[in-house]
Amino acid sequence: MTLTQHPHGAPTESPQTGATMRELTYSEAVREAMAQAMADDDRVFVLGEDVGVYGGAFGVTGDLYQRFGGERVRDTPISELGIVGAAVGAAVAGMRPIVEIQFSDFTCQAMDQIVNQAAKIHFMLGGELSVPMVLRTPLGSGTGAAAQHSQSLEAWFAHVPGLKVVMPATPADAKGLLLSAIDDPNPVIVLEHKLLYRQSGPVPEAAERVPLGQSVVRREGADLTIVATGVMVSRALEAAETLSAKGIEASVVDPRTLSPFDADPVLESVAHTGRALLIQEAPSHVGFMAEVSARIAESAALYRLLAPIRRLCGLDVPIPYAPALEKAVVPQVDSIVREAHDLVQGS
Amino acid sequence: MTSETPPRTRPGDDPELAHRTLESMWRIRRFEEAVDDLFARGLMHGTMHLSIGQEGSATGACLRLRQDDAITSTHRGHGHCIAKGASLERMMAELLGKETGYCRGRGGSMHIADTATGNLGANGIVAGGIPIAAGAALAYQMQGLDRVVVSFFGDGATNEGAFHEALNLAAIWSLPVIFVCENNKYGMSFSTEHSIAIAHVAERAAAYGMPGETVDGNDVEAVDQAVSAAVDRARRGDGPTLVEAETYRWKGHSKSDKNLYRTREEIAQWRTRDPIVAFEEAVRSRGTLDDATLQGIRDEAVATIRDAAQAANAAPDARADDILSSVFAEVAR
Repeated sequence: MTLTQHPHGAPTESPQTGATMRELTYSEAVREAMAQAMADDDRVFVLGEDVGVYGGAFGVTGDLYQRFGGERVRDTPISELGIVGAAVGAAVAGMRPIVEIQFSDFTCQAMDQIVNQAAKIHFMLGGELSVPMVLRTPLGSGTGAAAQHSQSLEAWFAHVPGLKVVMPATPADAKGLLLSAIDDPNPVIVLEHKLLYRQSGPVPEAAERVPLGQSVVRREGADLTIVATGVMVSRALEAAETLSAKGIEASVVDPRTLSPFDADPVLESVAHTGRALLIQEAPSHVGFMAEVSARIAESAALYRLLAPIRRLCGLDVPIPYAPALEKAVVPQVDSIVREAHDLVQGS
Repeated sequence: MTSETPPRTRPGDDPELAHRTLESMWRIRRFEEAVDDLFARGLMHGTMHLSIGQEGSATGACLRLRQDDAITSTHRGHGHCIAKGASLERMMAELLGKETGYCRGRGGSMHIADTATGNLGANGIVAGGIPIAAGAALAYQMQGLDRVVVSFFGDGATNEGAFHEALNLAAIWSLPVIFVCENNKYGMSFSTEHSIAIAHVAERAAAYGMPGETVDGNDVEAVDQAVSAAVDRARRGDGPTLVEAETYRWKGHSKSDKNLYRTREEIAQWRTRDPIVAFEEAVRSRGTLDDATLQGIRDEAVATIRDAAQAANAAPDARADDILSSVFAEVAR
C-alpha cells in the first residue's frame, strides 16, 4: 500500500510539523486513518453494514476490504444493536473495533449498547474492564434523505458520561482525530458530516494524531467570536470572508471534541471580542451550543460581553425533504452573515 | 448433538468433580441467604435479585469451563460469579458499598465483573450481555484462541431484539459462544405461558441454524452434559449452541416482589426439586461421597460466607474523592 502517491496534487510540507501533506478528501482521510491503524495494530478491525465489497454506504471504507480482507473489514447483517454489542464485546476482550453505522439516525437502534453498556462499563465495573471502541457515523442534512436519515444527534451522546464525542470539520482532523479515537481506551463516537465527505484539504501523510479534547481557533478576528461544529465550521469561515469585506472581522472557533469539551479557547476569544455567535446544525433546544452558551455565561467572559450571546441553530423541526425546505431549517452562509452583522451592528 | 460427543464422566460419579459441584452450589445458596438476611436487617441497601433455587444451572454451566473462558451474566448474577470462581469477599464488599468491592461501590449487585476469572460482567439490562458475549467470542476467534464464552440470560431476555441479533451474528460467524437460557418461568411477573407462543425457548435456535437443547436446570449433571457438549462444539470451531435450563427462583424477582402472580403451591412444589438436595442424594446413593464429606462441604460453605461477610463489613467504605476520574480509562501515552 502506498500513501505517498495521490491524484489530487503534489505533496507539500506542513509548516507546523514539517510533515508531508497532500490534498485528500475527507472520506479519503478517514479511510487512510483506518488503513494506517490496521496496518500498525492487528487488534484494529472494521465492522458494519456494507463496509466490505460495497465500500460503505458513503464509500468511506472504499478499498479497505480488498487491502485487509473480509475478516478485518467485516460485513454485518442489518443489525445495529447486534453490531455495536459485538464491538463492545470484542473491545472488552482485547480488540480495537471500529464500527460504522450507516446513518447516525440508526444509532437509535443500538442505543442500549452505546449508552447503557459502552459508556458505563469502565465506571460501573470499578475499572475492571474498558471499552476501546470507535463508532463512526455520518450525520446531518443536505442530501434530501429526510427526517430519518438527516439528524444531528451529537448532544445526546455528549450528554452521556463515559462517551467521548468528536465532530471533525476538516480532512486533516478527520484523519488525526480518528487515529486518536482508535488509540483511546474508551468508547469514542465520531460524527462525520456527510456533506464534508467530498471536501478536500491538506492531510499529513504520516499517521499524525490530533489529540481529543482540544478546541482550535480557525480564524482570528476582533469583532465577534463564532463557535461552530461540523459542517458549520466551513460555512462560518465562508461567512467570515463575506463579513470581512464588510469590515467585520470574526474569530471562528471549532471545538472539534464535544466531550470532553475544551472551553478555554472559546472563553478567551469571547473575552477578547465581546460577542458570541454560536452555530450548530442541530435543533436549538437543549443543543450543544446551549452548553457553550452556559459556559460563557458562567465565566468571566460574561463581563466582557457587549451584546447578549446569540445562537443560530437548526429549527426545532424534523429535517424536511424538499430542497428549499431542507435548506430553510438549518443555518446557511447567508444567514450566518446576517446574524453576525446584526450582532455587531446592534451593539 | 450428543452423538458427536464421547461419553463424559458425570459430576456425581467423580469425587473431585462432585466435591467442586457441591461446594459451588452451597456457596451460592449460602451467599444468597446471607445477602437476603443482611438486606432484611437493613444492613445492605439497593436492590438485589437472588438466585436461590437456580444453583444447578449456574454451577453446571461453569463446572468445566477453563479459567480463561469467559462468561457474561445478568441482574440475577451472583451465582454465575461464584460458579466462575469470583472472590466471595470482594462480591460481598461490593454489595455492602465498600472500596474493596469488585466495582469499588460504583456498580453493586448487578455489575460485578472479574477479569481474573473470565467474568466479563453482570448486566442490569435484560439481554444486554448477549451481544457482548458474541463480540467477545468474535475477539477470541480473531485472536486465534480456543476460548469460549458462556452467556447467561433468562427467559425474559429471549423476547428482546438483542437476543435475536446476537444469536444470528454468532451463527453466521460460527462464534465460540454458548447461550445459556435460565428459564425460571417468569420475566418479573409475566409467565412464559403468556410471553412466548412456543413450548421451549430452545426451539428458537432453529431459526438461527444452531442446535438447541432443553434440559432440567435443577439437574446439575444434565446442565453440565449439555453445556460441555456445546463447549466442545464451540472449541472445535463448529459454532454456537442454545441451551435452555428449566429452573425456578424460590424468592421473588427483587425486593419489591409480593408474589401476586404465582401460588404458594407452585413455589412449594418447586422447592421439592431442590438442585442441591437432588445432587447430594445422587452422590450419596452412588457412593461417590459419604455423609461426613457432604456435611463438611456444607459447614465449609457456611464458614466461608460468614468470613467473607465479616471481612467485607470491616473494609473501608467506597470513596467519592476520585469519582470523576473513574469515568474514563486513562489514555496511555
